[in-house]
Amino acid sequence: MYDFFFVLIPRHMPFLLEGALVTVQLALLSIVFGIAIGLATALGRLSSIRPLRWLLGAYVEIWRDVPLIVQLLVIYFTLPEIGLSLPAFTAGVLGLSLNVGAYLSEVFRAAILSIDPGQRDGGLSIGMSRFLIYRRVILPQAFRIAVPTVGGYFIGLLKDTSLVSYISVSELLRNGVIVISNTFQSMEVYLMVAMIYFALSFIASRLVVRLEAFLTPAYLRAGHVEAAERT
Amino acid sequence: MNQMMPQTDRLQAESAAPKRPLLQIQGLKKRFGQFEVLKSVDLQVEEGKVTFLIGPSGGGKSTLLRCMNFLERPSGGTIVFDGLTLCREEGRFTCAPESSLKKIRARMPMVFQHFNLFSHRTVLENVIEGPVFVQRRNRAEAISDAEDILRRVGLYDWRDRYPGQLSGGQKQRVAIARAVAMRPDIILFDEPTSALDPELVAGVLDTIKSLADEGRTMVVVTHEMTFARRLADTVHFVCDGVIAESGTPAQVFDAPKSERLKNFMGSILR
Repeated sequence: MYDFFFVLIPRHMPFLLEGALVTVQLALLSIVFGIAIGLATALGRLSSIRPLRWLLGAYVEIWRDVPLIVQLLVIYFTLPEIGLSLPAFTAGVLGLSLNVGAYLSEVFRAAILSIDPGQRDGGLSIGMSRFLIYRRVILPQAFRIAVPTVGGYFIGLLKDTSLVSYISVSELLRNGVIVISNTFQSMEVYLMVAMIYFALSFIASRLVVRLEAFLTPAYLRAGHVEAAERT
Repeated sequence: MNQMMPQTDRLQAESAAPKRPLLQIQGLKKRFGQFEVLKSVDLQVEEGKVTFLIGPSGGGKSTLLRCMNFLERPSGGTIVFDGLTLCREEGRFTCAPESSLKKIRARMPMVFQHFNLFSHRTVLENVIEGPVFVQRRNRAEAISDAEDILRRVGLYDWRDRYPGQLSGGQKQRVAIARAVAMRPDIILFDEPTSALDPELVAGVLDTIKSLADEGRTMVVVTHEMTFARRLADTVHFVCDGVIAESGTPAQVFDAPKSERLKNFMGSILR
């Protein structure tokens, strides 16, 4: 016990935290790209262009039906065969973004569809273009509906970054494995790795709760008024 | 609540200038799949006049109204608004591009049965949305304009509330204010009181009446027969996808000619 806290932690923690920093970078970059991909995909699937809808539907289906680890391996080891070889970190971000993007597209699509179509009519009836209706009416409301779910996916993503260790990105888990291969102290080091993942996820989930409270606008808090008097 | 009241009190603002038809509709058709909702409708709306569309449910009156500003795309026929062709059928049916249609819609806003306000925006923001973001008017001007309108509909003190905090009647008056703020040529009303509790109907009808008294051009779909009789310049009876009968309120309500209109009047009088 004494050894663990006062010898092993000071000895290995700095190297593990270096990995944790990479983990955080992977997660943040991937969620940003994932949100962009997810939103674009959702809008494309709701458009009237049939080939686009089909193509994006296929993307979502394929990406949700193949394990993330396999997607990462394919991107890292198969793309070089067709002349596209990516650095491990880039391949990791690409793989994670495409994966979370596929899931988020469904979150955004559902959020957009949850906005009463009457508001679209309301916008059209005062001469708004479809683009303006999306920008001013539908998306601001859909985003707020999607925030909690996106937050949940972000926390999942934070932990899924550990899979990127398989394609040799020096993130938290891989650094742990490196330490173990040098010291054979697998139990202690995995415990430290677990503690760091827990701390990161815990902080992230607190931040998501804060963000949610911050973004819940007065019109949603007032929702009960409407519910009470709706006829 | 549908008993007939004596012919009354709409101010007949007679002006010397001849009224030009602001909206002309010829042979308008609308199909949903196999179902022909509008068979062939001819209709003219003159400037400064209040036109009412009445008739049984499913007869096509709301669809007709929604075709007027292309919220519903007609299947055939011609619509001309203030010299601008929305669609035309001369051998082939062609429609104006969306960019022209949206400019026309801005001049012909609609008030809906279910209000269709923007729930994430306050009362004031709902009213200035069109002027600021569609018409690109100066924001400060749009706000003072909107505040005047909200005062007239009795909602100035509610300007910072959200739609979810209002009663149905208040929401509908916000929706009317949103339409008026566009400085429209015509206002379309699609059953504006049908979703309201009975005690809230009067306030909305008063608001609509005050607009009529200002000499605004309006087309109103309603089941409020008493109201139609008091306010209408022209009443069209829409039934089975056609305008089965038209005339002044006195003609339509007191001396219906067609069998269908007689039956309809009988059914609402019980």
